[in-house]
Amino acid sequence: MSGRTNRIGLEFSVYRGSKTTLCAGCGHNAISERIIDAFFELGIPPHRVIKLSGIGCSSKSPAYFLGQSFAFNAVHGRMPSIATGALLANRNLLALGVSGDGDTASIGIGQFVHLLRRNVPMIYIIEDNGVYGLTKGQFSATADAGSKSKGGVTNVLSAIDSCLLAVELGATFVARSFSGDKKQLLEILKAAISHRGTVMIDIISPCVTFNDHEGSTKSYSYVKDHEEALTEVNYIPHYENIEVEYDPGTTVAVRLHDGSEVRLKKLESDYDPTSRLAALVRLHQAREKEEILTGIFFIEPRTPDFIEQLNLVDEPLAALQQEQLRPSPDVLEEIMEELR
Amino acid sequence: MSAIESALIDVQTRPTLKLICNDFNIQVATVNGSGSQTANTVLMRSLFQMGIPVSGKNLFPSNIAGLPTWFTIRVSKDGYVARRENVDILIAMNPESAREDVTMLAPNSMVIYDEPLNLGSIRQDLFFYPVPFDRLVAPVCPDAKLRRLVKNMAYDGVLAQLLGIEMAEVERALRKQFKRKPKAADLNLKAAQAGYEYAAEHLAKSDPFRVQRMDATRGKIIIDGNTAAALGCMFAGVSVVSWYPITPSSSLCESLTEFLHRYRVDSQTGKATFAIVQAEDELAALGMAIGAGWAGARAMTSTSGPGISLMAEFAGLAYYAEVPVVIFDIQRVGPSTGLPTRTAQSDVLSAAFLSHGDTRHVLLFPASVEECFRLSMEAFDLAEEFQTPVFVMSDLDLGMNNWMAAPFAYPQDSLRRGKVLTEEELNQLKEFARYQDVDGDGIPYRTLPGNGHPLAAYFTRGSGHNEKAQYTERPEEYTRNMNRLARKYETARGRVPGPVVDFNPKAEVGLVAFGSSHWALVEARDRLRSRHSLETSYLRLRAFPLSDEVEKFVRAHNRVYVVEQNRDGQVHDLIRLEIDPREVVKLRSVRHYDGLPITARTIVKQVMEQEDIGEGVDR
Repeated sequence: MSGRTNRIGLEFSVYRGSKTTLCAGCGHNAISERIIDAFFELGIPPHRVIKLSGIGCSSKSPAYFLGQSFAFNAVHGRMPSIATGALLANRNLLALGVSGDGDTASIGIGQFVHLLRRNVPMIYIIEDNGVYGLTKGQFSATADAGSKSKGGVTNVLSAIDSCLLAVELGATFVARSFSGDKKQLLEILKAAISHRGTVMIDIISPCVTFNDHEGSTKSYSYVKDHEEALTEVNYIPHYENIEVEYDPGTTVAVRLHDGSEVRLKKLESDYDPTSRLAALVRLHQAREKEEILTGIFFIEPRTPDFIEQLNLVDEPLAALQQEQLRPSPDVLEEIMEELR
Repeated sequence: MSAIESALIDVQTRPTLKLICNDFNIQVATVNGSGSQTANTVLMRSLFQMGIPVSGKNLFPSNIAGLPTWFTIRVSKDGYVARRENVDILIAMNPESAREDVTMLAPNSMVIYDEPLNLGSIRQDLFFYPVPFDRLVAPVCPDAKLRRLVKNMAYDGVLAQLLGIEMAEVERALRKQFKRKPKAADLNLKAAQAGYEYAAEHLAKSDPFRVQRMDATRGKIIIDGNTAAALGCMFAGVSVVSWYPITPSSSLCESLTEFLHRYRVDSQTGKATFAIVQAEDELAALGMAIGAGWAGARAMTSTSGPGISLMAEFAGLAYYAEVPVVIFDIQRVGPSTGLPTRTAQSDVLSAAFLSHGDTRHVLLFPASVEECFRLSMEAFDLAEEFQTPVFVMSDLDLGMNNWMAAPFAYPQDSLRRGKVLTEEELNQLKEFARYQDVDGDGIPYRTLPGNGHPLAAYFTRGSGHNEKAQYTERPEEYTRNMNRLARKYETARGRVPGPVVDFNPKAEVGLVAFGSSHWALVEARDRLRSRHSLETSYLRLRAFPLSDEVEKFVRAHNRVYVVEQNRDGQVHDLIRLEIDPREVVKLRSVRHYDGLPITARTIVKQVMEQEDIGEGVDR
């Protein structure tokens, strides 16, 4: 690999992080690799990226990719607020959040839903394995009803479907993938980088230590057997020839914020990935049929993101100088006069 | 014969009653939500415009409408602005509380009441003035719904007549209040005039109270502490604000929103040089501010006790990961939900050590609206200089009540943005470790996200880290970092605003106070001197960590009373922790915690009780 450079002349190694301390075979490591590939291939300068996470195995992973990007490992379930604040301070940053199912769907559900509602421009990945790994195998809120723990306990509560929530609450890019599906995951990540608005990607990422056994619905073999791709994702970056033809009868093409295009080949002929309602219906059906649907379920690139809603100046707020930040003495005098 | 002239005659016929001029307490008792706030503000402003020192305190319930509420205006020729217990003039408009309100009055107080309440027969030792407010206001305001609001303005008129408040000033105050609603101003003015004329015609002045024009308020402003703090934030250059509504802090961010929309929108593009977000809760409010502070914006949040509790985890993260952020705590009464609309200084200990582990924060204690303005600016500078949360500890009394002040001075110093390395600086340095103590003051250098130098990026975390911000569990690395944080805190001790000391070489007794207790303390010192011949020195704390001055002050006196508005003597205990143990026996405690602002009487009483017992009492 060494020596390979990307379109901005950076070597592949620049996009690597430190050595992983997660278990060998952990799905999260495969996701880290795809993140490295995506950012390398698109030639994103690492200093433009901020990596954010909460607490848990998933949230350790930002140390294992993009070593030249700033990172913020927040407290448990509260990464969305840190990301929101950082983006308000510097709108030029490209934020990549990595969370887990416990970090998002249990302790962090409050901040998660408000992130979606605001359409904060960031990529929010859930490395979803249905268990708490660092505390040794307790169920999380995304564990399916009927799924068995390693110790033989059956989960009785139904799972929170983060994709359903995200579609419902206003995310403008909602996808699910599988850490074992290299090609699909890479294409989704590249499209995510080009999107402006909240990108929510739930990535089923089996826990080889605590949730890869018979009876688990998040094991490698279970996911492989039940994965059902709803759309085939093809990403065409803005610097490549977008004019290549496609069949509008079977493929939906969506122009992204940076001029790139994502083409979603409909594997089910009547599915419209630009319709929230269609996504909600199909996700509910999948739930009833016990399918693990993957692909981009919903995409809507035109909704103003949170920064646009707030009508901020073009320059990052963090870069403003005293002249722009502190009003003149006349202003203070005017206010004092009103108070006399 | 005017009411004032008849009063003079009446007072002369009752030799025991001296005329009381510009030195009394007015209390207006109304029903919450009945719109009395405007009438009360106009009354207070009218007196202020006559050059007479005034202060106003709103004692209100946690309720939208229906429960009793009281507004107190203290008129003090000597300029005392603290709360005073005694009510001299009661305006009784609330049927629910009227009888009890009248029962509480001292003899020779004066009562203006809504005639149907029929209060005149309750006591013989008061001066009663019945006024048929509804009948009075009906001709000027035929709309019955509006009349409920407008009738409040009529008591301003009645009082103006009875006390001698100039109607021209009432009108001026009223027009200021209804600046953008001239029609409402006219209507309200008519109601005030109706009250004024009714009193002249039907009420015989018999009480001793009156006002006389002075020249003690010229050029001054009237402002509440939350608005003053909001101004401080704007002139500090705040750019990211995230908050969650909570009494008594909400008005800070609401004022700030107004100011920023008025003065911090780029005139060319119409775009904002700030972001204000109403967060989903206090956790997110502080989280966003920390995210923004980390990325280089001047960021803040504002809350009160319950919010402070929720912010604990993030406060520890910002301390340990060293992220600048400013947190306003407009304190109210706890524990738990407590008394949401009443005042206290009871969050000091929890704020000082907010979060688990060895966490310590920098606190600032504004005592006046002027300091709400100035210390807010200081807070942003300190937060960025020390890369740490800075708490501004205001309270409901300071934050929500109106105070007189000299106009605020425009800041002379530039913003102090702290140790931030740019790409060019990194080019020259050729090395960078986020948590290294390069200068020996415990304060490391930081870089901001977006900095393109290959050395700039680092991993911010709340888990154990070494100088290079790498995860570590190594004992020596953990300890080294914690020791550096302690060193940084010691540096802060010498740089936070020092105490204000009035040292009296004749005094054996020292008084220590902070925040809004200051005003009652000033009055208490005068009383201790004039009525009890007790000379005192006074140290007013303005920050935690405590300056070395505090220990010196204790050393220089035999007995030191720490005055505060909480049950447990929180600052008393903080001082005990930080000074020479041999000096600790000198410390005594004065504590006020009934939800109402502290008074001079409370302080004098508690000091004298402990003085009488003698030395060696440690309370």
